[in-house]
Amino acid sequence: MSALQVGESGLRHLRRKAANGMMWVVAVLCVLAAILPLGLVLYYVIAQGASGINLDFFTKLPKPVGEPGGGMANAIVGSLILVGLASLVGLPIGILGGIYLAEFGNNRFAWTVRFFADVLNGVPSIVVGIFIWAMVVVPTHRLSGLAGGAALGVMMIPTVMRTTEELVRLVPLSLREASLSLGATHWRTVFRVVLVAAKGGVVTGILLAVSRIAGEAAPLLLTAGSTSFWSTRIDQPMPSLPVQIFTYAIQPYDDWHRQAWAAALALVSLVFVLSVAARYATRGRFRMVR
Amino acid sequence: MIGMSVAAQPASLRQQGDRATKIEVEHLNFFYGRFQALKDVNLAIRERQITALIGPSGCGKSTFLRAINRMNDIIEGARTEGHVRLDGEDIYDPAVDVVALRRRVGMVFQRPNPFPMSVFENVAYGPRIHGLAGGSDLEDLVEESLKRAALWDEVKDKLRDSAFALSGGQQQRLCIGRVLAVDPEVVLMDEPCSALDPLSTLRIEELMHELQQKYTIVIVTHNMQQAARVSQETGFFLHGELIEFGPSTTIFTDPTDKRTEDYVTGRFG
Repeated sequence: MSALQVGESGLRHLRRKAANGMMWVVAVLCVLAAILPLGLVLYYVIAQGASGINLDFFTKLPKPVGEPGGGMANAIVGSLILVGLASLVGLPIGILGGIYLAEFGNNRFAWTVRFFADVLNGVPSIVVGIFIWAMVVVPTHRLSGLAGGAALGVMMIPTVMRTTEELVRLVPLSLREASLSLGATHWRTVFRVVLVAAKGGVVTGILLAVSRIAGEAAPLLLTAGSTSFWSTRIDQPMPSLPVQIFTYAIQPYDDWHRQAWAAALALVSLVFVLSVAARYATRGRFRMVR
Repeated sequence: MIGMSVAAQPASLRQQGDRATKIEVEHLNFFYGRFQALKDVNLAIRERQITALIGPSGCGKSTFLRAINRMNDIIEGARTEGHVRLDGEDIYDPAVDVVALRRRVGMVFQRPNPFPMSVFENVAYGPRIHGLAGGSDLEDLVEESLKRAALWDEVKDKLRDSAFALSGGQQQRLCIGRVLAVDPEVVLMDEPCSALDPLSTLRIEELMHELQQKYTIVIVTHNMQQAARVSQETGFFLHGELIEFGPSTTIFTDPTDKRTEDYVTGRFG
């Protein structure tokens, strides 16, 4: 009998093995517990929403209570407009801010900006809604698509800014040097070389931000409002899928619930399609940094 | 040959002749923060020949090279003292336009660093910045530059492909072509072959031999055989000082300074 097999240490060995196995089981269970809600959400949205998805859903306006049928064409278009407006606000500020932090960010001011961006990232979306309500809705005396876009845009800024900064920082110094040594200015180097190299990652950051704001209902309730009619004027209240889901889901009508599920499915699909399209459009033949 | 006008000589003889000074370095000191990386360097680099800079790692030879096109400017906390004159004009004069300077003094780096663009766009980048050419002129210029970099035949059918699809040696020649496209007078090379295999190295050396007909070349190298093979003059750096400078044959066969001799005979470094 070798020293490795003697009685007491053999027992310890078994205990260690048991503990090891236990931890593995616990870890796997936790992973399952984490995936389960996600899977169920997707399952429910598809199972409940699929029946409500038809041509009318995408092409018709909502019908008044009691009348069957109708669709959410206005909310779908509204959501697209709101996300577009938000991108107009959020992307330039976020991307340029991120570049500033990465390229000139070794000072107190940049440190402060970074800190506040991280804080803003954690601010509940309803608070952003209240802020825009006070800044835009109150002075203009109306809920509007513009206010909604501004609220969502403000929410995009920190995510886009921080991911842009991180990815611009990842671009190797040798690429910047190559550009500078050819006589390019700092700004040209950043826009023509560094951003091109970081494109894939920056797009990922933008997609994360867009996916997040596309599903926001809380800030829109206070800013864009809602309407059952066509609304493509950004100075008027603008319907959106999340707000429509909220409005329909809290009503006691079965056909509205069905519409709400269908809208949820449409929202998930919209985000998915946007992600795939953006990935495809910017798929880098020359990508270096992910 | 001394006393004879350079221009009067036939081209084939010129290589051996005394050439005019292209770059004159006077009392050059350079500091990274408190660390002095270059100590009172004085040196004259002649035009249209290859000047090699050798020395052990950290001796300041790359720093010296980067002082010639002011690439050290981008390092935070760095400070330069003294004079570097290009055709008699001090490049550290506050009135000097760094963009114009770098167009005249191009640089090739240790590792091939093509831009994340197509082969064509890599070469067109420089001419575009300086507004040198557009349209079909630009296409001609790209072709001409790639030919000078001895790469045209290998890439003429893949100009629209990613530069990363090329081999390491091809990428380095692409980087050389990219520099030549802005029509520089001086080409600085910072260990251009250290990341390449022997065959690619040979091709670059042949290319350098071609290029010296038209360009002033300064090369930093760890490889003494390479310095001996390609250069007409060699400088030996140690601890930030220029220990010895002279014709390559002298430096490698009959150096004056004991430290140079120890280094070139492989006793240290």
